[in-house]
Parts: sequence; structure tokens; C-alpha cells
Amino acid sequence: MSSTDHAAAVHQVHRDDYGSRLGMWLFLFTELILFGGLFIVYAVYRFMHQQEFHLAAQELNTTIGLINTIALLTSSMTAAMSITAMQKGNLRFSKGLIWVTIGFAFVFMVNKYFEWSAKIHHGIFPGSKDLLAKPDGEILYFGLYYVMTGLHTFHVIVGVIFFLFILRQIKQGKITSDRYVRLENSALYWHLVDLIWIFLFPLFYLIH
Amino acid sequence: MSEHQHQESHVIEYGNYIFIWLGLLAFTGITVTVSGINLGNWTIVIALFIACIKSWYVLNYFMHMKYEEMVFKIFILTALFTFFIFLGFTFWDYSFAR
Repeated sequence: MSSTDHAAAVHQVHRDDYGSRLGMWLFLFTELILFGGLFIVYAVYRFMHQQEFHLAAQELNTTIGLINTIALLTSSMTAAMSITAMQKGNLRFSKGLIWVTIGFAFVFMVNKYFEWSAKIHHGIFPGSKDLLAKPDGEILYFGLYYVMTGLHTFHVIVGVIFFLFILRQIKQGKITSDRYVRLENSALYWHLVDLIWIFLFPLFYLIH
Repeated sequence: MSEHQHQESHVIEYGNYIFIWLGLLAFTGITVTVSGINLGNWTIVIALFIACIKSWYVLNYFMHMKYEEMVFKIFILTALFTFFIFLGFTFWDYSFAR
């Protein structure tokens, strides 16, 4: 075996896309348990304070929630498509789709900013006098609203950072049409963000 | 290992993604419409049911679970099973504690 053959063999051994994806999925399961715990807290408190949850949910703007749902669903599609483009060797299109994904992430965050600002302007934020004057169920609803959508938005920010990192690696030639597991894993993370929102949207915005 | 590498290179066409995306938008439309109708306790059941259908499509097509090997599917079922144990026992506890 010549030294170049040996180097090629070592290179093969160190590359395990299958294992990378499996590792990413294991990480996503920890995310499921993280958000799952919050969903259970939500379920129990909603069960205990049904009327107050209904009343508190009237304060949320369904249109903003709907726009954000569409933004995340669409960005999930473009993230998935960027893998197809990469597989076909169309690096430019792949990068373009990642930029579109990032663009939708910003649409989501700008919306969230206006939504939270409006709530805070109306005196609804954790620990505010106006909120503490409300019944227990409404305080719990808004507490969960801020924690769950806040943690979710934090994941959106992390997703954007992942994608910027991916764009840089494509530029550096570290991600190519036959070596793209990092793009796949970043997309998996992004789809998880979408999945969580699929449940957050009806549970917080659509209680009528 | 090279076998795995061959298996993973399943290319899903853009058109299929657009099709799934349209389906997801349609389900979003249904869930918003249904929430406007007063169905009492069924409202939340229908909303969660639709959310589960949407998740199923995202998992299988966007996240390529459909094309992954069995071990991935066993993992995800184990994770969901664990979550439902947490959920089930919490509610079991609440229904007896009061």
C-alpha cells in the first residue's frame, strides 16, 4: 500500500456521514425533551385554567402568528431544497436558497420583535404591575408565552448562525456536492425549529 | 461505510418539496379556519391532530426520515414514546391528586 492509498483509506474512515446525521438526530431528541417539558407544563396549566387561557389568548394577534407560520414553513422548504441543489452540484442555487431561508428567519424575528414590543407597550411582560393584577391563569399563560416563544426565537437565531457558517464553508470549498452532511444537519436543526412552531402556533394563537 | 454513503444520496426533486409545502399551507389554512368555529373541547383536539399531520410531513419529507434506515425510525419512536410517558404520567398524577 502506497502512502497516498493509505491517506485515502484514512480519509474514508474518518468520514461518517451516516454517524453525523444519527448524532444530529440524537441532539434533536434532547431538544424534543427540552420543549416537551414546557409543553407538558403548558398542558397542565391550561387544563387547570381553561377560561383564563382562552381570555389571555385573545390578546395575541393571529395574523402575525399566521405570517410567522408561513415564513417558517417556506424557509423549511427552501432549506430542504438547498440540499437538492447541493446534491445536483448547483452551488450557486444552493447558496441562494440558504440566503432565502435566512431572509425568512429575519421576517420571523422582525415580526416577533413587533409582537413583543406591542405586548410590552400594553404592560404585558413578566413581573409587570398590569400583568400581576390579572388572574393566575393569565399570568401563567403569558409567562409560558414569553418563555416558549422566547426559547424558540433563540433557536431561530442559532439556526441563522448555523446557516451563515455553512455559507462560509461552501465558499471555502469545505462543503461540496459529495460532502454536504453539515448542510444536511443544519437543515435538520432548522426543520426542528419549524416543527416546534407548528405546535406553538395553535396552542398560543388559536384558542378561541 | 461506503454502503451508507451510497444509500444517503437520495435526491428529492424541487417539485416534490413544493407539493409538500402547498399541503402544509393548506393544513395551516384548515387549522386557522377550524379555530374560528366553536367546537368546545374538540377545537384543541382537531388543532393538535392537524399539527401532528403537518409534523409527519415535515419529518418524512423535509427531514428525509422516509429515506433513512430503520435505526433512525426506532430512535424517533423511542424519543416520542419517552415524551408520551412523561405526558401521560403527569396527567395521570393530576387526575388522581385532586
